[in-house]
Amino acid sequence: MSGRQRMRAADGGQIDRSRTLRFDFDGRSYCGHPGDTLASALLANGVRLVGRSFKYHRPRGILSAGAEEPNALVTLGVGGRAEPNTRATQIELFDGLVVRSQNAWPSLGFDVGAVNALLAPFFPAGFYYKTFIGGPKGAWTRFYEPLIRRMAGLGPAPTESDPDIYDKRHAHCDVLVVGAGPAGLAAARAAAAGGARVILIDERPRPGGSLLASTALIEKMTASAWASTEGEAFCAQPEAKLLSRTTAFGRYDHNLVMAVERLTDHDPALAGPRQRLWQIRARHVILATGAHEQPLLFGNNDRPGVMLASAGQSYARTYGVLAGRRIVVAANNDSAYEAARSHAEAGAEIAAIVDGRSAGSNGLASHHNAAIHRVLGRKHVSAVEIVEEGGRRQRISCDAVLMSGGWQPAVHLHCHAGGRTRYDDELGCFVPANTLPGVTSVGGCAGRFALSDCLADGHAAGAAAAADAGYPTSLAPISADRGEPWCSSTRAFQPDPPAKSFVDFQNDVTTADVDLAQREGFVSVEHLKRYTTTGMATDQGKLSNLNALSRMASLLGTAPGNVGTTTFRPPYTPVTLGTLAALDRGDLTAPIRTTPMHEWHVAHGGVFEDVGQWKRPWYYPRQGEAMDDAVRRECQAVRNAVGMFDASTLGKIDVRGPDAATFLNRIYTNAWSKLEVGRCRYGLMLSDDGMVMDDGVTIRTGPDRFLMTTTTGNAARVMEHLEDLLQTEWPGLRVYLTSVTEHWAASVVTGPNARKLLQKVVTGVDLSNEALPHLSFREGTIGGVPVRIYRISFTGELSYEVHVSAEHGLRIWESLFEAGQGLGLNPYGTEAMHVLRAEKGYIIIGQETDGTVTPHDLGLDWAIAKAKGDFIGKRSLGRPALAAPDRKQLVGLVPDDGRTLLEEGSQLTADDSTRTAVSMHGHITSAYWSTVTETPIALALLKGGRDRHGETVMARSAGRMVPCRVCAPIFYDSQGERVNA
Amino acid sequence: MLLITCPWCGLRDETEFHPGGEAGRVRPHAPDQLDDTQWADFLFMRRNEKGLRSERWLHAAGCRRWFVITRDTITHEIIADDSDSLGASALRSDNGGAQ
Repeated sequence: MSGRQRMRAADGGQIDRSRTLRFDFDGRSYCGHPGDTLASALLANGVRLVGRSFKYHRPRGILSAGAEEPNALVTLGVGGRAEPNTRATQIELFDGLVVRSQNAWPSLGFDVGAVNALLAPFFPAGFYYKTFIGGPKGAWTRFYEPLIRRMAGLGPAPTESDPDIYDKRHAHCDVLVVGAGPAGLAAARAAAAGGARVILIDERPRPGGSLLASTALIEKMTASAWASTEGEAFCAQPEAKLLSRTTAFGRYDHNLVMAVERLTDHDPALAGPRQRLWQIRARHVILATGAHEQPLLFGNNDRPGVMLASAGQSYARTYGVLAGRRIVVAANNDSAYEAARSHAEAGAEIAAIVDGRSAGSNGLASHHNAAIHRVLGRKHVSAVEIVEEGGRRQRISCDAVLMSGGWQPAVHLHCHAGGRTRYDDELGCFVPANTLPGVTSVGGCAGRFALSDCLADGHAAGAAAAADAGYPTSLAPISADRGEPWCSSTRAFQPDPPAKSFVDFQNDVTTADVDLAQREGFVSVEHLKRYTTTGMATDQGKLSNLNALSRMASLLGTAPGNVGTTTFRPPYTPVTLGTLAALDRGDLTAPIRTTPMHEWHVAHGGVFEDVGQWKRPWYYPRQGEAMDDAVRRECQAVRNAVGMFDASTLGKIDVRGPDAATFLNRIYTNAWSKLEVGRCRYGLMLSDDGMVMDDGVTIRTGPDRFLMTTTTGNAARVMEHLEDLLQTEWPGLRVYLTSVTEHWAASVVTGPNARKLLQKVVTGVDLSNEALPHLSFREGTIGGVPVRIYRISFTGELSYEVHVSAEHGLRIWESLFEAGQGLGLNPYGTEAMHVLRAEKGYIIIGQETDGTVTPHDLGLDWAIAKAKGDFIGKRSLGRPALAAPDRKQLVGLVPDDGRTLLEEGSQLTADDSTRTAVSMHGHITSAYWSTVTETPIALALLKGGRDRHGETVMARSAGRMVPCRVCAPIFYDSQGERVNA
Repeated sequence: MLLITCPWCGLRDETEFHPGGEAGRVRPHAPDQLDDTQWADFLFMRRNEKGLRSERWLHAAGCRRWFVITRDTITHEIIADDSDSLGASALRSDNGGAQ
């Protein structure tokens, strides 16, 4: 089988050649070995074409060997497990792996979309903005956009839900080291030596990073052997933890680092969660994230077979795979020579080494002051045309190009939370410019590329961070046999790149696009990015930003540092949404709150709606009954007989203390001092700006004690507001607040038969109108259980709320329900509750109010005490704008035809003109079918509405304009006789 | 994601807290004696400093106490916690006596 892996070197690499793994790419079967990535296995099998580019559908191959890969994006898995846009360079091979290429139709080899390449002159930078503006009306949404989306897509998102489980974990440590290359390993080793708690994170299956493809000797061992030894030694420390296959994708304020650990992606036979989200809070973060080698700019630099030199080195040394049999190496620095050596040792022929500098340090280059002009070959490299500084050209046949345009430190994590960069002229790249508290960049990501520097800096940073945490060490630093050769790349020969020199591979941006942006004045780095889309692909410009900025700088005749960089933002590499959600899915998305009577509602067929975190019964359909019919029946039962409603979710705050009445006077608009014990009052609460914030009935249960009720969804906010005032404004008030929302279960009994019902079960309370009038309360018992009976109405009918200790809530509800048999009792849900209160014009906070509505707008001036002292919001009510006559005021609406249901949220206009620009007069806040008027009704906020009763306004409903008559916001028993019955 | 020191509970994650805006905003003693501009200044105008600012936080998922910290709005560094100050003046000079 392995005989078919024609690009596999005869020996070498850190793969297990004794075992063969089968995998499937685009329906064809291939073989690889344990230790391979998908990319190395595809290369070993001679597969070079792995994807089509985003815009021009150009053939693309494998460019890199790591997280920076822009081309080799594939869809992993099938069905609900399908994950698009994963990088082949980071997928570990396993037996049975199934992957598909993306963005090609009908097939990768023959892609119809490649005609886009012929249309390339019509897809310049900014084409989105230029080409499709104008034209026939709707052409963009109907034609161009769908077409572009289909032609220029990445992998499609799966349509099924993800069957995998994802985990989440928090961790704290003294020192967090990101990256287990030479600098990171040295840092982790020094940090852990003194006993500090250290976490070491690395993307790959085993530590080592660049050492895995290095021939250097460290502590007299080969680099990869040293990495393995140190990795094991590190893990043996009691407080040390190595997270392999883990990517730190974001650094946030105060050293919170988020990372994703891939647990089973490399072996689906493993049980347990697929990935784990880590949220790590570290006293000190050491960034050892290395650097990304940058491409060179030449024609067709995106052809399959053109690869980063360091990637070629990695494939040869780590995976025993050749990038080609006859190689041209092109570089502007020394690092590529090691890649040439790796391939020469593995049996490939080095056809040429083309160095842009006047002298390479090793004297190995075949051409100096030279560069590749362009690559030849349609689907993969067949030759290169090189050009010397004097202009002489030469064609060299080859099957692969290894290129190195210098290195850009991976400064992403440094920059995520406050780090800045500066351009280093010597190194030709951006390096960290500022020090951040508790963060140190070492090695490649700090622009320190030599191996000896990585080891020394890493050791120093690790030791210092541990010492700062109280764990000093006297461990000796590490010695290596060499500083890897390094030489500046900035003064290399760079001919003017021809057409099809790609700056951003993933978004198909060429040097011509950058040039166009410059000619059209988009020279600022932020404009350049948005106009050309450079760096906006899923690789976030890891291989494109430096070239784009350098190109712009040279066009402007300035240094790249003066062009600057765009902002680096998390995530460093894409993170699947399942991992971010982790366990917070389905029922665990948010806490679910249920009342003590919940099981009864379930058993009686209640349909639930979410109100904040609460599950509330919405309506109780009988068998075969539609919602409208059920709500109608429930409303009629309340109006004609009796209904029961679970009001346990109401916010309840126990207000206690000698100054409780004073406190209420200051936070409500009305007066509380004279409210007698045993009486209740409706209270209106404002914000400082005079707008209605909450309302509810508050009961005086004792001389120094009140029970305040709040809107269900507003309880926490009101509590916070009151505590703020008590703690910071009036600390002298002797008042104590306790949230008792969940301590009391509340059953509403309402309707003409409500008294009859209660009289059957309540003992110890005279329920007569004289003894227990509207807005009063008494204590009694039901079946021996103490209850509080509040006579409060939110339906307009004779109405009681029975409050009982939550543990007895279900029992009392059942007793009341039993007592209602024969009285026409129906339980009703929140929908009927809404209808019943709207018929009476009672407002609901958040429905009739939106933070811009005053008591006057709602017609609640009666609830504002004129005589008492200051209260929150009072001064604002005197502002002229709040007294303007054309403010939106609460009104009722009935459609002229008496049939058309109105829609909540629809705007009100004065005429039925179909013109698009008409003045808005208000909007509908509540709309229902009323069983008392037998018509649709609505509450609305209408400009100057109180003086417009009898007028007709237009409301849009189901696409039509419906004429409606404006009336007072009350549709039933306007004298309030029933509530006092 | 900030780490905030609650003066009562110690160092906790930002998710436990609710922000309460700028500290030191003084509620006028007699709002009815202010003209509309003065009242609007109190209601709406904030300093919105760049750099060090004193701000109020509520330990909402903890002890439920309000407190004040000084934070650098550029770097998010928390310079000091000033647990003695609750960050607002009293509504009235008698500070809570019944009217």
